[in-house]
Amino acid sequence: MTATISNTQERFLSKPTFARIFEILQRRGYQVIGPTLDQEAIVYDRIDSIEDLPRGWTDEQEPGRYRLEKRDDDSLFGYVVGPHSWKRFLFPPTAKLAEANKTEAGWQFQTSDDDPPNYAFLGVRACELAAMRIQDRVFLAGPYVDANYQRRRTSALVIAVNCTQAASTCFCTSMGSGPACTSGFDLALTELPDGFVLEAATSEGEEILAELETAEASIEQLQSAQVARQRAVDQIERHLDTTDIRDLLLSNLEHPRWDDVAERCLSCTNCTMVCPTCFCSSVEEVSDLAHERVERVRHWDSCFNIDFSYVNGGNARDDIRSRYRQWLTHKLSSWHDQFGTSGCVGCGRCLTWCPVGIDLTEEVAAIRGDTS
Amino acid sequence: MSTSPAAPTPPAHAAAHPWLAQTVTIREIRPEVEGVATYGLEFQDEAVRAAYRFAPGQFNMLYLPGAGEIAISVSDDPENRSSCAHTIRVVGNVTRTLAAMQVGETLGLRGPFGTSWPLSECIGRDVVLVAGGIGLAPLRPAIYTLLRDRRQFGRINLLFGARSPDTLLYADQFDDWSQQGMIVHTTVDRSAPGWMGSVGAVTILLERLHSFDPRNTVLLCCGPEVMMKFTVMTALHRGLSPEQIWVSMERNMQCAVGLCGHCQLGPEFICKDGPVFRYDRLAPIMDVEGL
Repeated sequence: MTATISNTQERFLSKPTFARIFEILQRRGYQVIGPTLDQEAIVYDRIDSIEDLPRGWTDEQEPGRYRLEKRDDDSLFGYVVGPHSWKRFLFPPTAKLAEANKTEAGWQFQTSDDDPPNYAFLGVRACELAAMRIQDRVFLAGPYVDANYQRRRTSALVIAVNCTQAASTCFCTSMGSGPACTSGFDLALTELPDGFVLEAATSEGEEILAELETAEASIEQLQSAQVARQRAVDQIERHLDTTDIRDLLLSNLEHPRWDDVAERCLSCTNCTMVCPTCFCSSVEEVSDLAHERVERVRHWDSCFNIDFSYVNGGNARDDIRSRYRQWLTHKLSSWHDQFGTSGCVGCGRCLTWCPVGIDLTEEVAAIRGDTS
Repeated sequence: MSTSPAAPTPPAHAAAHPWLAQTVTIREIRPEVEGVATYGLEFQDEAVRAAYRFAPGQFNMLYLPGAGEIAISVSDDPENRSSCAHTIRVVGNVTRTLAAMQVGETLGLRGPFGTSWPLSECIGRDVVLVAGGIGLAPLRPAIYTLLRDRRQFGRINLLFGARSPDTLLYADQFDDWSQQGMIVHTTVDRSAPGWMGSVGAVTILLERLHSFDPRNTVLLCCGPEVMMKFTVMTALHRGLSPEQIWVSMERNMQCAVGLCGHCQLGPEFICKDGPVFRYDRLAPIMDVEGL
C-alpha cells in the first residue's frame, strides 16, 4: 500500500469495463489473488481474468456447514468468506526460513530471503482487513520482525470489497471490524447489479482508478451502494458480547463449560487453520540424504495439536479441555495483553469449518452465564 | 521496582533476522552428573565472539541441523569472553544427538534471548537462590556475578535439591563458592550410603533457613514447576511478598522471539516476556493446571 490520501471521490465503474482491472494490475507488476471456485468452495487463489471469479455463485453457511448455491443474478462478489484467508499469501502455510550447509569449516548458516511476487489482493472483506491489521501487530510491531511476512505485506496491493450480504455465521458487527471497509485498502468496491461504486484510499489506488473508465457516481448509485452495504449489516444475526471479555475469560479458567466443550471438540485444528489471525507455527528440518544441506521450513501449527506444548518429555496441555481453553482465551482474552487488540474479527470461519459446529459466541455466552 | 527486567532490545541485525544462527565450535565437553554435560561453545566468527554478551538467566537456541533446535540457558560466567558454557541434560532427540557429538564439531547458536535475573535489585539485600536439579544451571551465571561483587550484597544462600547425592550438579564448585561467601545448603530426595546431609524436598531447606530477614531478601528460584510452586508457597509463608520472588519458567520455546506461539502461558510468551518472571506477574496463572 502507498500513502493514504484523504478527500476521495467515489466513482462508478460499469460491469463490462471492470474486466480491465486485471490487465491494469498485471501491467503494474502484480499477481492477482482473488476468490475463485475450487473443490466446491470459494477459495483465494491466483486469478487472471474476470472469468476466474465465482460469478453467479453464493455460499450458504452455518456452524459446521458450507454449501455453494447458484444465485439468480450475475454478481461477482455475492458471497462472504470461505475457508481461505489472505493469511495464506502473507504468512504462507509452508515457508523456507533458513538453511545450513556443511563445509570444511563446519556448519554454516544463512537465512532465506525469498523474493515473493507483488500480490494484488482482489476482494478483501472488512473483517479480513481487520485480520491483516492484527497480524501486522503480531509480525511487525514487536522487537523482532517476521521478514517473510514483511516482504509480502509491504508490496501487496489491497482491493477491498464491501459485503452486501452476511452469512448466519458472521458477527463482525460485534467485533467492530465490519461489514463496511473503512481503512487498510488501496481501493474499495461496492457491487451493484450493473457495476461498482469505487473509492480510492491511497495514491496508488487513485492511479488505478484513473486508469479505469469510471464516471462520477450519481446520487442514485451512491444510495444504492449504501443500501447494499446496509443489507449486510441488517442480515447479521449472530452476536458476541465483548464486554470485559478479557477479564471474563481469565477469571473463569476453571469454568465447567470447558469440560462441556471438550466433550464436543475433536481437537482437529480446523478452526486455527481457517482463522485469519492464528499465527502459530513450527519449523521442520528438511535434510538432504548426505546430511550436508538442511533447510528449515516453517509450517502452520496449531495449539490443538497434542505435541504443540511439548516440554521436557511431556505436554503442558495434554487434554482437549486445556487446548480449547488455550485457543479461546488466547483469541479473545490474552491477545489483548499481547497485542493490544482482540484476536477475533468475527468472520465466522471457525464456526463454519468446525466439523461439529462449535460456536465460540455460544461458548462465551455460556461462560458469561447467559442463556444460549 | 519493575515487574520484570525487560529483555534488552535486540541489535538491528538480530531483530531483522531472528532465524540467523551463528556457527559455534564445541571446545569442551565436561561430564557433570549422570546424563548431564556442560558444553563450552566458541563462536567461529571473531567479531561475533567479541560482541556477544548475555545477562544471567538468559537463554540461547542451540541448533543441530537435521535434528532440531533447543532452548538452553547459559550457565557460564557472563565475564567469560572465550567460550560459553551450556549445561544440558539428555531428554529428547536434539539433546541425544548433541550427546553423540565430539569436541571440535560445530553447531548453530541463536541468542541470547529473554529476561534475566534482577541482580541490580539484589544490591544491599540478602539473596536466597533456590534450585532443583538442573535448575541450578540457569542460576550459575547469577552466582558468578553475585560472588564477583560479593561485598555489594547481604547474605547469600544457595538452597539446592537433587534427586540423590550423585546428581548434585556442580558439586565440585561448592567449596569454591563457600569460600567466596555463599552458604551452600543441599538436600536430596533419596539418600545413599555415605550421605550425611539433609533428605527431603528443597522447601525444607527454606523452612529451616536461619538468619532470614523477610523484609530485605530477594529469592531467585529455578527448577521443575512443581518444585517452584512449593518453594513460592514456603517463601510466602516465611514472609516474603510476591514482589521479592523471581522464578525462571520453561515452556516449548521454538522461535525464541514471540512469533511461533508455542511457549505461551496465559498472556505471557515465556521466550520474550520470560523466562525470568517476578512472581506477582505469574501468581494468577501459575496454579492453573494445563494452562
